Amino acid sequence: METIIREGTPKTPYVKLDGEKGLIEIKGRSIPENSVEFYKPLIDWLDKYGNVPLEVTNVNIQLEYFNTSSSKCILDIFKKLELIYKKGSKVQINWYYEEDDEDMFEAGEDYQSIIDIPFSMIEMED
Amino acid sequence: MGFDIDKWYLRKLQGEIIVRYMGDITPDMITEILEVIESNLNLKKVNNQTRKKVYNVFVECIQNLFHHVDVPPDNTIKAGQRFGVIILARDNYFYRVSTGNFIHFSKVNTIRDRIDQINSLSDEELRSLYREILGNEGISFKGGGGLGMLDMVRKTGNKLEYSIYPHDKDFVFFAIDVYIS
Repeated sequence: METIIREGTPKTPYVKLDGEKGLIEIKGRSIPENSVEFYKPLIDWLDKYGNVPLEVTNVNIQLEYFNTSSSKCILDIFKKLELIYKKGSKVQINWYYEEDDEDMFEAGEDYQSIIDIPFSMIEMED
Repeated sequence: MGFDIDKWYLRKLQGEIIVRYMGDITPDMITEILEVIESNLNLKKVNNQTRKKVYNVFVECIQNLFHHVDVPPDNTIKAGQRFGVIILARDNYFYRVSTGNFIHFSKVNTIRDRIDQINSLSDEELRSLYREILGNEGISFKGGGGLGMLDMVRKTGNKLEYSIYPHDKDFVFFAIDVYIS
């Protein structure tokens, strides 16, 4: 599997999709006007990875802000991961949030309530 | 005739203005205005949580404009394809994001019903509805997902205040104020 790395921009997050290590990272902010355009290649990558997943896939999400159109795309990513998990591979999602950020904490809880994958909420201290 | 936008705009310029914009809403303009907000000293002084809420609400408001404005075909407004107004101000203890844009008359009832419905919900109901829409509906044609207004009410804990002003037989001017405490 190829590795995809996207550097962060003022409107889009840093993304790393590493098929060799089974590591997925999304960090920073996600507020593009056209979220589907940004996330489509990532979803396509996950589709391919889902055919030959590693035994363990670790997913680290550390977002500062995201807009509501990104929220749908992030859910699409989690749904792809859920398929991988349900086929028998181990998938772990780590949702990082700053200690005083109740909105990002609640956003993590929202996803946790919708998808069925091991999901850890990890508080970061300043 | 038509709606007197200048008079409305002046009225919205109360308090300490952090940014104000009237004109074409484009992706580049959105990037620039967000940079202005991030470097604003007033906002740097407030706590992280409030600053993030202000930023989040502003992003949703301006992208709502980007995705949903209609422009009257008459000559009164010559400001590009996506004409909108957005103001971020500090009024005493609140930050206020005010937006205004023209929409076609046929959309008024849908938008009004939606806001009234959202405004009537308790915190718990807001959370449930948000999760239901996030989990079940496909993304809307324009990419908004139908979650923007819901998200703002949920994050601010304040109801959306809106006004609708007649413009001509086909268009109205639609204005929203969102307060962040």
